[in-house]
Order: sequence, then C-alpha cells, then structure tokens
Amino acid sequence: MQGSEFKKNRLGLMGWLSGGRYGVERYAYTLHRLTGLAILAYFILHIFVTSARVLGEEAWNTVMGFLNSPAFKVGEFLVYLAFAYHALNGIRLVLTELGFFLGTPCQPVFPYSNSVKRQRPVLVVVMIVAAVVVLLGGVDFLRAFPGE
Amino acid sequence: MRTRESTLWTWHLVAGAVILVLLGIHMFIMHLADFFGTVQGDVLEFSSVMERSLDATFAVMYVVLLAAALYHGLYGLRNIIFELSISERAERVISVLLVLAGVALFLVGAYGTLAVHSAQAGV
Amino acid sequence: MIEPVSTQGEKTDEIVKNVKFKVLRFDRDTIPSPRVDSFDVPVKKGMTVLDALQYIKENLDSTLSWRFSCRMGVCGSCGMFINGFPRLACNTQVLELEADVVDLKPLPNFDTIKDLVPDLAVLFEKHRSVRPFTLRKDIAELDNPSGEFFQTTDELQRYLQFAYCIKCGLCMAACPTVATDRRYLGPQALTQAHRYNMDSRDEGRDERKDEALGTHGVFRCHFAGACSEACPKGVDPAFAIQLMKRDALKASFGLLRKKKAAPLAPKVTSGKRMEGVPDAPKRTV
Repeated sequence: MQGSEFKKNRLGLMGWLSGGRYGVERYAYTLHRLTGLAILAYFILHIFVTSARVLGEEAWNTVMGFLNSPAFKVGEFLVYLAFAYHALNGIRLVLTELGFFLGTPCQPVFPYSNSVKRQRPVLVVVMIVAAVVVLLGGVDFLRAFPGE
Repeated sequence: MRTRESTLWTWHLVAGAVILVLLGIHMFIMHLADFFGTVQGDVLEFSSVMERSLDATFAVMYVVLLAAALYHGLYGLRNIIFELSISERAERVISVLLVLAGVALFLVGAYGTLAVHSAQAGV
Repeated sequence: MIEPVSTQGEKTDEIVKNVKFKVLRFDRDTIPSPRVDSFDVPVKKGMTVLDALQYIKENLDSTLSWRFSCRMGVCGSCGMFINGFPRLACNTQVLELEADVVDLKPLPNFDTIKDLVPDLAVLFEKHRSVRPFTLRKDIAELDNPSGEFFQTTDELQRYLQFAYCIKCGLCMAACPTVATDRRYLGPQALTQAHRYNMDSRDEGRDERKDEALGTHGVFRCHFAGACSEACPKGVDPAFAIQLMKRDALKASFGLLRKKKAAPLAPKVTSGKRMEGVPDAPKRTV
C-alpha cells in the first residue's frame, strides 16, 4: 500500500487466502478452493497414469512401481484428504445453495441472527464425517508402507 | 429466469452430485474395500485393473465419471480465473481453451478406458 | 431522552481507560503515501468509535477526515475497518472492542478518497445496474396510480429483511470475491435484486437476470458468509444470494413458478371510519 497504489484499496488475493476475523465459513471457502485445485491437478495426472494400461502389463507395472515410493504415497494421501474435505464441504454447499438449513427470511430484530450461523451445525457435522472418511482411508494408506 | 451462466452452473452442481456417487464407489474400491473385506488382493495388480476395465458396468462408470469430473473441475477453474478481473476478451479465450483442454483430456481418458475393450473384442 | 443501554452498569462520565487509536492517513496531495497516526483518547462508557473520532478532530488533529451523518446506524456513511473487521463507527462502542489499541482503516475493496473516506460510487453504480425498483407491465397504473397493490403479510416477509439495506458497503468490504473481481456485482446489489424479485408487486425478474445471473452475478458467490457477518442491519446478503441461486436452479429445470404481479387492492366500499380520524390529505403528485 504505497502512494497512488493505496487508491486501489483492494485486498486482492489476500482476500481469498486470509479469512481474517470472519467466521469459519470463510476459511472453509479458501480450503474448498485450494483442495479443488489440488484435486484437479491430481486428476489430470491420474488420467494419463491410468491410461498406461493400454500399453500392457509391463508398462503398467513400471508406472505402478514408480508410484509406489513413499513420497508418492504421502502425496496420494494428501489428495485423499483434499477429496474427503472437498466432497463433504461440497455437500454442505449444495444443500445451502438449495436453500436448506438457512432458515426463513424474517424481520431482523437485534441481536441479529443470520443464515451463516444457522447452517453452522451442518458444517460441524460434515467435517466430522470427513474426519471419519480420512481415518478409514488412513488405515489403507498405512498398509502401503512395509513394516506396518 | 435462465441465462447461459445459470445453465453452466446447474451442470456444475449436477456433475458434483454425479461425482459424489461415482467417486465414492471408486474410492471405496481403491481404498476401503480391502478394509471392509469385500475385495481381496491388490486392487492395483494389472490383472485386477484389467478385470474392471473389461467389465462393461465399470467401463461406463469410468467414462461418466471422467466426463463429470472434467466438467466440474474445469468449470471450477474457470470460476477462479474469472474472479481475477480479467478482460471480457480474455474470459472468452479462457473459456475456449478450457473447453479444448476438457475435450482433449476426455479423449485421452476415454481411450485409456475403452481401448482395452475393443482390443479384447477384436481378439 | 433514551440513554444508550450499557451492559456494564450505570452510565457515568468517568474515564474508564485511555485507548490508543491508530488511524490510517491518506491524502492524494498532502499524504500521497499512507501513514499511520496514533492518538490517545480517554474513553468513557458508551463512547462509540465515532465519538472518539470527534474527540480526535476537536482536540488532537483537525485535519482528520471521515464520513458520517446520522450517528445512529441508519444512514450507512461511517463504515470503516475497525480492528480488522468492517463495522459502522457509530454502531461500535470502543469498550466493546475490548482492546487497548484500536486500528482504523478505510473500508477495503473500495478506493480511498481521503483518510477514512471510501469511494462508494462503485457500490451505487452496481446497485443501480440491477434495477432496484418495482418493474411492472401496467405502466399506466404506475404513472398514474389509482390505488394500492395488494400484498399479504406472508408476501411481505419474503423480502422485508432484504429491504433493510442501508448501502454502507460493509458487505462489499468483507467479500473475498469483491477483493479480486472488479465486475462482480457484490452482496449488496445482488441482495437488492433478490429483494425486488421476491416482491409480489414486481414483474421484473427476467429483466434483472442478465445482470444478476450473468457472468459476474450470483454464481461468483461461494458462500464464504463474511457479508452476512459484517452486515450491521441483519440483512443477511449471503442468504439472499443462496435463495437466488436456488431460484436459478429451479428455473434451469423449469420448476420455477411463474410470477403473477399483485393486483390492485379492492377499494373499500363499506364500513365506518372511527370517530376523530380525519380524511387523508389531498394527493400532491
């Protein structure tokens, strides 16, 4: 924020990345975005990797052997985390976009309630489910490491 | 009350719901089936992969999932790019590029899934 | 006179504590690169941030600028970024912030004219673009009204909440999409579009759709919810936008019910007026 730059008092990308002092939904929004991008990147890679089956068993085994390293397994688990979050938070977003759990419009009387607060329990519930999904998947990923 | 954008967004939502079901099944098989004991052995073994590829139900499922996930993902990416205050001209260029990328990736993925099918049928 | 309600006991003139106000200063001609000025303000119970600014202007620095008018949360002039959250200065008591240092900045996501004065012109332009007024096909009746349009209490409830908007711009300052997207209509304008779409007397839903459901309309909202938390009037913009998305989804599947504009209320032909109630004044327009 220097000089005439200050005229453009926009938060820019910091507005996306920093939830500031707002509610947990704004952090959920940032995470939804980041996990979405991560999943898309993985998915495009996944299309090419799994297409290796066309080239026969040998090619498939080469690729799978390459992907069996601990680094890739950890990366894969991170994508699994992203998937669990994105899917469950996505369910909440679709439900709210369909108008569920938001309450009904009413004359505002102080202290004001709002739809964001009213749907917050749904966020808690989907995050608990996401945690369960992550735990179940985590067991599977741990098996990938020898000695477990 | 329909616009081009509202139609695209509706498909984004529908694709999301489709992914939720199909990717749920996919994830269950790849990471949880062993845990629950419904599938035995390594799901990434070539034979296991081919077995699923050659199953018509799985093949259809994979292609539908591919299409839905590409649409959902690339529309999401478009959302993010469109929120960066780019010019209308750049928006049009990005849209075209994303459609081309989507079609190309779909062809690659569909070939990867279905080629083994036709090869098998040919034999 | 109604005394402000204090949860901290009786209102007194006693100075509770000294609070340091760190105010961002900017002026295109004299302070081209923004700086932060500190002021010590003795704070009394019930003192608002607006009162503190008045104290600074009267006693410490007369060049400080901000915008205000009504002093009671009605006009929407004094929105500013107070301790990292967009609030109305008149609606925020210094003691409720529970801080020894108060940071004051102009509203983010707007250009700054001077010190704490944001340029709200963009907000009004966007507001105007969604046609925030009753659109009807019977123009003759609108131009030369012969009565009132009929509306039930239930119909009123559907939009009343969204009509409380005071155009202060706090929701725009809170919105992450407005932070990057210049063309996004923003929570304020979209809420007003929904307010008129929901009004039973209105027929303009399809005339607003190109803006409200366009490339930079409701679909740029991803329910971060910050606007609803920031709104000082309980308007709940995020709610209005989600409801509009629901209607858009319904319309995509052809499930959105056609709207019939409210008819004129039937003229009262019978009944007796209560005693002592005078005739309505003559029409002036």
